[in-house]
Amino acid sequence: MRICAFLALIALVAEPALSSDGVTIAVASNFSRAAAELSEKFADDTGITVRISNGSTGKLYAQILNGAPFDVFLAADSERPILLEQSGHAVAGTRATYAEGALVLWSGEAGDCPAALRDEHGGRVALANPATAPYGKAAIEYLSTEGLWDSVSRRAVYGENINQALQFVATGNAAIGFIAKSQLTAPQLPEAACTWELPASSYSSLEQQAVLLARAADNEGALRFIEYLRSEAAHEILARHGYGVTR
Amino acid sequence: MNTFGPMWLSIQLALVTTAVLVVIGTPIAWWLSQTKLRFKPAVQAVVAMPIVLPPTVLGFYLLILLGPDGAVGSWWVQLTGSALTFSFTGLVIASCVYSLPFAVQPMQNAFESLPRQQLERAWTLGASRLDAFLSIAVPLSMRGFVSGIVLSFAHTLGEFGVVLMVGGNIPGETRVVSIAIYDHVESLNYAAAHQMSLLLIGFAFVVLAGMFVINRRWSER
Repeated sequence: MRICAFLALIALVAEPALSSDGVTIAVASNFSRAAAELSEKFADDTGITVRISNGSTGKLYAQILNGAPFDVFLAADSERPILLEQSGHAVAGTRATYAEGALVLWSGEAGDCPAALRDEHGGRVALANPATAPYGKAAIEYLSTEGLWDSVSRRAVYGENINQALQFVATGNAAIGFIAKSQLTAPQLPEAACTWELPASSYSSLEQQAVLLARAADNEGALRFIEYLRSEAAHEILARHGYGVTR
Repeated sequence: MNTFGPMWLSIQLALVTTAVLVVIGTPIAWWLSQTKLRFKPAVQAVVAMPIVLPPTVLGFYLLILLGPDGAVGSWWVQLTGSALTFSFTGLVIASCVYSLPFAVQPMQNAFESLPRQQLERAWTLGASRLDAFLSIAVPLSMRGFVSGIVLSFAHTLGEFGVVLMVGGNIPGETRVVSIAIYDHVESLNYAAAHQMSLLLIGFAFVVLAGMFVINRRWSER
């Protein structure tokens, strides 16, 4: 009897989580704060609530392949949205670039970022895990073409996603870090000793794509959210967070 | 990344952590078993807290404490020139905090069930406290020691969240097997994840079964 009551209670508690109200979006970590602001604006304009799940692009991709209940995927690359489209996990024809990211070197202690990167005794270098985070992959691409990877790889520490990479530098645990330009507007960020935006030509462009996921094929709100990413209001928010937008 | 590198690193971490915990855990356990002080429950609670606290709480404060600007970390930087976070030594410290209750509690239980008269007899016969402890308390508490050693070793081997927060995922230094598996799963490299996970499952079974066999032999005596 007691077990039955317990099960009924679980069913009752679990029920709201299963309801399909609103839109659930999976967002690459670098875009988390911009996405929060966008969703708020979107909810104001349309009355549709948006739930955000953050993580590295690779992690979210793996979760989607394993049936995660996301309606929209805002990746930090175009590679994974394309793969999802090809494997039928995303709705064909909905994939579009929503933002162009930029890679930045940031340090709370070193006065000259590029010099600190080249200094072999310059302390730990934080970057996002290249296997799952496009920003980490771009950082390694830059280091390799500059011939710095051999020296930096010995000092590298890997954040599980770009937010952890920033956290490593912001707490002083790493001397310098490769972060996303969008993170520079983080309200809690300590004062920077140096901020250096890498030349856009020194790594493959961080073309961030959005795609409607298969389970949301009939979700009107999810489709509207993807379209909303191309609106003037969205572009204004994106630009403020340091993203390039294609109009 | 090969399969055995991270596994071997985890085993090294677990071995060093266990050795350190036996050294610092034994006096703590002995003191807890003997003391009648009023604040004993408070000390007991502090020792047991890592069981209850999420690894994120430990990881958060260890990151601050062990970092180059932290109380322990800055002192360590002055001493050695390198920081404690993202280093093997840092992981040993983190693991010692994380696994402390698993070493102390079984030893304390064993010490508490010691026949008190035997110790007192040794003392009245002129044995020093340390001598009586080593020649009477330790042999009689072997089961507690074995449990404490096996549990802290196993618990450290299974450590994940704390390492994720203070490790920095450096191959050969802080990329322990649990982190390597997480990485492989995240990047959809299931073959490598299976390899390491199955190895770990086998290893865990052998270690735990071994402990239970030893325990049974003991109780049959």
